[in-house]
Amino acid sequence: MIFTRRETLVLSAGAATAAFLPMQVNAAADDAIAAFTGGAEVTDGGVDLVAPEIAENGNTVPIEVSAEGAASIMLIASGNPTPGVATFNFGKLAGAHTASTRIRLAGTQDVVAIAKMADGSFKRASANVKVTIGGCGG
Amino acid sequence: MADNVKPRVKVPRSASAGESVLLKTLISHPMESGQRKDSDGNPIPRSIINRFTCDFNGENVIDATLEPAVSTNPFIEFEAVVPEAGEFVFTWYDDDGSVYTDTKAIAVS
Repeated sequence: MIFTRRETLVLSAGAATAAFLPMQVNAAADDAIAAFTGGAEVTDGGVDLVAPEIAENGNTVPIEVSAEGAASIMLIASGNPTPGVATFNFGKLAGAHTASTRIRLAGTQDVVAIAKMADGSFKRASANVKVTIGGCGG
Repeated sequence: MADNVKPRVKVPRSASAGESVLLKTLISHPMESGQRKDSDGNPIPRSIINRFTCDFNGENVIDATLEPAVSTNPFIEFEAVVPEAGEFVFTWYDDDGSVYTDTKAIAVS
């Protein structure tokens, strides 16, 4: 198959849009993180995020987060139409600062957990989850 | 209004004072994300549980904000310290303003 000049242009424009779209999605996730941290520096480590490597059904993906000494933990699905997933604020009587739930993932993507520690610093952990069937319906 | 909303909570019957216990909660709720469309192509309006809290004898254990990305029948598992005998109060807040509560007593042995 030989492309004409016009077809080549259309194709490359499509490829450029496709390449740009994930960046937009990640920008939304970054905005959500910035709104949570208030622009403070986020360091890696100190948070445990347990997620399956491969999720067959994106409608219910079991996720577990824990962070010793965290005041709150926010979960972000960077590839979802709306990246926010849940925020857990731990009260005075919280045992181990851990929570697990089941979430929806639109497709293969990184799940990010940001923990706000009691001293005001922020820690993060992320895990890549491969999703066979997306969970945002159609 | 979501129909047949039924909270289910699993709390151990007793614990020793100061022990950390595992609590499991589940509420049957469609958690309609607002992203889906019906067969005519019209978007189905969002209807989710947007907040969940757990308190023990008036002290907060966990306060979670939930977004549409939480699955149907939201399941939340967490731990709580039990300093004395008392009652856990679990509260779910629906988008439509409904509030569902469940209580479970725990004894200290």
